[in-house]
Amino acid sequence: MDTFVLLTITGLALGAMYFLIASGLSLIYGLMGVLNFAHGAFITVGTYATWFSETKLDAIGSSPLRFLVAAAIGLAAGAVLGALVEIVLIRPLYLRHIEQALVTVGLSFVLIALVEAIWGPTERIYPTPKWMYETTTILGAQIPNDRFVEIAAAAGVLLALLGFLRYTRYGLIIRAGVENRAMVTALGIDVKKAFTLVFAIGGVAAALAGVLAGVYYGSVDPTQGTSLLIFAFIVTVIGGLGSLTGAAVAAVTVGLLQQYANYYASSGTGDLAVVLLLALTLLVRPGGLAPKVAH
Amino acid sequence: MSDPLLSVRDLHVYLGPSHVLQGVSFDVPKGGVTALLGRNGVGKTTTLRSLLGLVRPRGSVVLDGQDIARLPTHRIVGRGVGYVPEDRDVFAGLTVKENLELAERNGNARYDLVYELFPELRERGEQKAGTLSGGQQQMVAIGRALLNENRILLVDEPTKGLAPLLVTEVARVLERVSETETMLLVEQNLGVVKRIARDAIVLDGGRVTYAGPAEELLSDPARVRSLLGVSGAGGH
Amino acid sequence: MKRAFGILIAVAVFGLLALVPKISVGTHGVFSSELNSPGTLQLLGLMLVFGGVALTYDLLFGFTGLLSFGHALYFAVGVYLTAIATTRWDWSLGQALGFTALVGILLPLVLGTVSLRVGGIAFAMVTLAFAEAGSILVDKNPHGWTGGEEGVPVAYQKLPEAFVGVLNTKNLYWLALGYLAVVFVLVNWAVDSSPGRVWQAIRENERRVEILGLQPFRFKLMAFVLSAFLATAGGVVYVLLIGGATPQVTTPSFTLALLLMVVIGGTGTRWGAVLGGAVYTFLDNRLLDWSDSERIQDLPNVLSTPLSEPLFVLGTLFILLVYFLPGGLAGLARLRPRRSGVALLDEPVATVEAELERV
Repeated sequence: MDTFVLLTITGLALGAMYFLIASGLSLIYGLMGVLNFAHGAFITVGTYATWFSETKLDAIGSSPLRFLVAAAIGLAAGAVLGALVEIVLIRPLYLRHIEQALVTVGLSFVLIALVEAIWGPTERIYPTPKWMYETTTILGAQIPNDRFVEIAAAAGVLLALLGFLRYTRYGLIIRAGVENRAMVTALGIDVKKAFTLVFAIGGVAAALAGVLAGVYYGSVDPTQGTSLLIFAFIVTVIGGLGSLTGAAVAAVTVGLLQQYANYYASSGTGDLAVVLLLALTLLVRPGGLAPKVAH
Repeated sequence: MSDPLLSVRDLHVYLGPSHVLQGVSFDVPKGGVTALLGRNGVGKTTTLRSLLGLVRPRGSVVLDGQDIARLPTHRIVGRGVGYVPEDRDVFAGLTVKENLELAERNGNARYDLVYELFPELRERGEQKAGTLSGGQQQMVAIGRALLNENRILLVDEPTKGLAPLLVTEVARVLERVSETETMLLVEQNLGVVKRIARDAIVLDGGRVTYAGPAEELLSDPARVRSLLGVSGAGGH
Repeated sequence: MKRAFGILIAVAVFGLLALVPKISVGTHGVFSSELNSPGTLQLLGLMLVFGGVALTYDLLFGFTGLLSFGHALYFAVGVYLTAIATTRWDWSLGQALGFTALVGILLPLVLGTVSLRVGGIAFAMVTLAFAEAGSILVDKNPHGWTGGEEGVPVAYQKLPEAFVGVLNTKNLYWLALGYLAVVFVLVNWAVDSSPGRVWQAIRENERRVEILGLQPFRFKLMAFVLSAFLATAGGVVYVLLIGGATPQVTTPSFTLALLLMVVIGGTGTRWGAVLGGAVYTFLDNRLLDWSDSERIQDLPNVLSTPLSEPLFVLGTLFILLVYFLPGGLAGLARLRPRRSGVALLDEPVATVEAELERV
């Protein structure tokens, strides 16, 4: 029983990270039609920016506080990177979706290589605050505290995003734009700002996923972002491109499936099962689980 | 004869390899309704879309003395061009209220006018637009275009697919609106055109084949048949 | 007239390439040693193989308009099955090749039938998923066959004498050249054949093809299987050239590298992809050596650090090409660069606008 609880919570924590990445991917594709392959690089930049600034913040005595400030810097880096990428690289290729996707592929190569060049390909230990390694006992299972942080972060982001979409003007524009971008412009609205905003949001969420991944795995390396990205893509597609709640449901499903199968069947089976789930979903419902509405 | 509000010269539009508009030129005078007529598929919708910049034209489009042909769509709309698209294009996932809110351009949204013309929209404010009937969606589409004061209103087949009672209703609303706003109206229903249009422009083979008073055209069945391929009063 | 000219050039180029192992000349740092030294010949051989594999990908993406993210899988099949069969299962080379060829036809047939039921993004994702499954399988190392991270060597005892030993690298070079020649001829012939015209029509406008009464599915499957089989063949040549299989070839990054090769070279041209594959492989291999050179090391750190990463250079080159030379390197050869990029993926916005951006 306690193993089951541990697996479940770990699955949810993994799902949390997938959701954070998938949320950005989903919004970007839903609104702009861009398959952002550079999202993996956003994750990596977030992770490394946090790790790097942490080493520079000796002035701050308390370790958890230092981590928080470093994480904030990492998130800011993600936002700035996202916005910059949209303005400099994506915007000039307006409506040329193939070229936009291709450019993000090139960018992912470039950014990851840059990280590798500066900090090397080997793993770096992550400055996780100690209490996250301690465990709390739930239903007889020893759960490392970081799991709760990941789940809480994802839940918080989900609620924040849903609230943003529902109650703000830009959220309204994005919801409408996911349905019919042309008509939004025909109402006199400049969607370009919404595009930049969505890329920035994607960047922050991805960076957050990167920070949490560093905590989860205890270390970081340049390829971490890319491996997470593949599963995040799968989650995005299963959930339906453009749907946040779809991505959330899919992320939880994938995270749990991976954990259960990897344990109860054999190591690696979980990953295979996820791939199979994607293939099945697409063959039965090519649009993914949710209809194309940003909610 | 005052300057026309909208002046289109030598409009060329390609949809893929197809040369849909081959040098379309016409004027829309200020005030009243100018009807844009023609057979199915001749390019009436494309003309409206190119005026809005949803489709990139070659040629000149001058609105109130300013060339808007190469502006991005949202800027053109910001100059006071309202649009009621064919097929309505309301946002299904948004509520009626949100559909209207989205259309707000500046502080002077004319909700009173819209709710006066369409009281049902106020009642159904929280309903998802995707669950509305065709007629109700048409109300949303027209309502959101009227939310702002426009210099010109581009309306594309507003009575398409509506029951006869609703057709009359829409015609009544448009007639009322046309008292204060200039309208360029694409319509297949010649009864509606006869009722509210002052001038008419006919498109055929990618060009304008008639431009003049609507009355003159519509009272000549032979001409109507040859230019539009339909018999006088009905249309569909 | 233009055809004959093209054929003449192709024959001349292949003839020249065939002579390379006989030419003993220094390369002034372009390569690490003389032109016909084993090291250089191996790199040239790799360039030829990837030129061919890139062309098989172009058949799928550039000509038929099928954006697959899983092409690496079929290449990996050629690489791994050959190695596993000879080393782990103790088969003869002939048996290994026969089996690999069989799988090379059946696997894409089955997976293609499943994947092609959807189009656009969904298709791209399904192919990605299948390739990822392959990658996971290799990682899992069932029965110790795939060797996990370490990979599997090719049992050199099973190979004919002519392919064994450093001195015989030139034979492997000729094998690679032969592979490229076969792929080049086959792809060019296929593209000009009547199914080939249908592929190109499908890329332009699938619905129109349907309306004409042709079933796009059959033709797409044909292109899929053909390109996969030829990629598998490329995998076989590759593993012979390198001497063993490693998991790097199973990753989606590898398919993306193929995508880069094809776009750098120029999609939908008959030889652009070959050039792209060769250039990519060349830069990927040589940039590391060059960056050690004095000229680069003398540059300020800000420049020399990223320049020593091949993928940085390639990625940047790729991005620049997409902006300024969408026709790829092949576009340089024409008077008017051709736009790559046709509406391949499902557009969430009316394609009318996408069309008109091109006017």
